[in-house]
Amino acid sequence: MREEVYSGSVERIEVMGTDDEDDFPWIEEDEYKELYKQMMIARKFDEKAFSLQRRGEISTYAPHKGQEAAQIGAMFALEEDDWVVPSFRETAAFIARGAPLDKIFQRWMGDANGQKNLSELNTLPVAIPVGTQNLHTAGLGMAMEKKDDENAVIGFTGDGSTSEGDFHEALNFAGVYSGHSIFFVQNNQYAISMPREKQTKSETIAQKAIAYGITGIQVDGNDLLAVIKAMEEALEKARNGEPVLIEAVTYRLEDHTTSDDSTRYRDEEEVEEWKEKDPLRKFKEYLKEHDIWDDELEEFEEKAKEKVDEAAQKAIDADEPEFDELFDYVYDEMPELLKQEKEQLKKEVDQ
Amino acid sequence: MTEKMNIVEAVNQAIHDEMEADENVIAYGEDVGEDGGVFRATKGLQDEFGEDRVFSSPLAESGIAGTAIGMSLYGFRPVIEMQFSGFSYLSFYQIKEHASRMRIRSRGDYTVPLTMRAPYGGGISALEHHQESPETFFSHSQGLHVVIPSTPQDTYSLLRKSIQMDDPVVFLEPKKIYRAFKEDVDTEKEVDLEEARIVQEGQDVTLVAWGAMVPVAEDAADEIDADVEIIDLRTIYPADFDTIYESVEKTGRAMVLHEAPKSVGFGAEIAARIQENEILKMEAPVERVTAPDVPYPLYTLEDFYMPNKDRAVKGLERVLNF
Ligand SMILES: Cc1ncc(C[n+]2csc(CCOP(=O)(O)OP(=O)(O)O)c2C)c(N)n1
Repeated sequence: MREEVYSGSVERIEVMGTDDEDDFPWIEEDEYKELYKQMMIARKFDEKAFSLQRRGEISTYAPHKGQEAAQIGAMFALEEDDWVVPSFRETAAFIARGAPLDKIFQRWMGDANGQKNLSELNTLPVAIPVGTQNLHTAGLGMAMEKKDDENAVIGFTGDGSTSEGDFHEALNFAGVYSGHSIFFVQNNQYAISMPREKQTKSETIAQKAIAYGITGIQVDGNDLLAVIKAMEEALEKARNGEPVLIEAVTYRLEDHTTSDDSTRYRDEEEVEEWKEKDPLRKFKEYLKEHDIWDDELEEFEEKAKEKVDEAAQKAIDADEPEFDELFDYVYDEMPELLKQEKEQLKKEVDQ
Repeated sequence: MTEKMNIVEAVNQAIHDEMEADENVIAYGEDVGEDGGVFRATKGLQDEFGEDRVFSSPLAESGIAGTAIGMSLYGFRPVIEMQFSGFSYLSFYQIKEHASRMRIRSRGDYTVPLTMRAPYGGGISALEHHQESPETFFSHSQGLHVVIPSTPQDTYSLLRKSIQMDDPVVFLEPKKIYRAFKEDVDTEKEVDLEEARIVQEGQDVTLVAWGAMVPVAEDAADEIDADVEIIDLRTIYPADFDTIYESVEKTGRAMVLHEAPKSVGFGAEIAARIQENEILKMEAPVERVTAPDVPYPLYTLEDFYMPNKDRAVKGLERVLNF
């Protein structure tokens, strides 16, 4: 005898250009405008970071162009007491979270002081090793459940990172312990040069949730409103101890980082196709269609550029970290051994 | 208060007393809950503190360590167990690159007060991967404290202190001597993690050891006709080299005894530091008695692998007769 013992399903959410637009307006008009502004600042930040990299002010930069809707939409419904666990491409998310722009630049400029005081935003510093930070998302979510708190944590991760063991251990722990965790995968189609189809045999990334007994949702990641909708649903569950995996289908319009050349592994045509779906333009058209667009927004691009330029300059002008900071913060109290090494190095480097 | 305990009982008591003192202390790991861990180090804790604070976790070492980082960022003080140190490598990345770096990455804004315990070391005729001595790996991971006790009193005091630390601690327990002997443990006694213990004073040669090698050092010192000063390092990193320097200034001779393989073992670091700082006081090269650079063997060969009293005595003779 054979019988089906399990079957699961995954839903995809889209809003813009669908019947769901009937929901309009489901957030405040001001909020629509604020979201557009955040996206524009994020876009300008990317452009500025590129030029700073070319000028040698930044060593390596990981652009987020094309992923603004995914990141900013993901952050929109969060409350202050919710936590954020970023990966390395989440600059737009940091902007939405309210991290000072100059501090974000400062970190990209190689000074960890740009990551100081993030605890005020319940946001972790950037994690570079892909996938590993998902366990911190799971642990934070477990802790919230244990403390009977009603907040949640969103952790960002990429499509490539879903092949890492830590991603799977994280979903498993979150499921077992009713963690208040949302695992937000930005499926931007590539992990450096590795296309999503070769990364995993799964048809969707969202379906990976099913194996761990948690909800998986796919969302059009270039549709800001769809992302917000998915997050609202996910937050409601996560606050109740039901973890959620969201796959935001999007596209990285730029190279992987400033040291990458994406023309070696993807063709112009594909990039052009996705440019048509540019989330910033898509949202602008939406606002126009719904008469939210106004002169202030029209002029905001210039303003965003100014803001970003100012912040970049502030970061450039910021004091360089001191020699001592190489040793500070390694331990709560500096061990004797380290004090000795510090003194010795100080002499050697003539500080 | 004093009570007679062996090492594994001291582990249990220390976790118990910290859990009582601080409600944010939680303990988890494979089979840690109902079973009390495969060595029973957490026995009875779940009954007393409930499943919320003491629980068995899924079988995933990286998962245990990585979630403990998240939990500690949210105010908990997790005491996690790696079932055997030979499996701790699966958690190594989380400990080395995340737990140890969170403080500096955030400029002191976030700390990771977790304690990762693991039974370590050989001599118990166990299966493959059940007898490794990984202290060097963790000692090379800046930002951690790596602690190895060798007595019930030290186990109790060092573990309590480790759990109270705001920095991550890797606490390696010498399982060969888990139940070897009992001693009076003063539960009021506080220790400094950064201080080596002088096991016995002597004038002729300094013998540095840790974990299950400390009793071997004592036996060797008993047997040899020389006045041996024995130092139990206790904390492998950051090690208390000053106590070693002081001792070799007096004795002029030193030997290190450890059960990890020789190359790049922590004995190499000790020998190098003595050479850097005390060369003019030395009357012989620093001797190392260690395991060879081979994987821990299946147990019919382990007596050749593990340093024992006889090898320690021969090592001492070499350094004394140089
Ligand atoms: C553990 C680990 N292995 C390799 C790398 C090098 N690396 C950096 S980004 C990247 C690809 C990540 O792809 P994905 O998870 O899809 O994120 P995306 O870059 O697309 O945002 C790799 C392999 C890394 N940072 N961490």
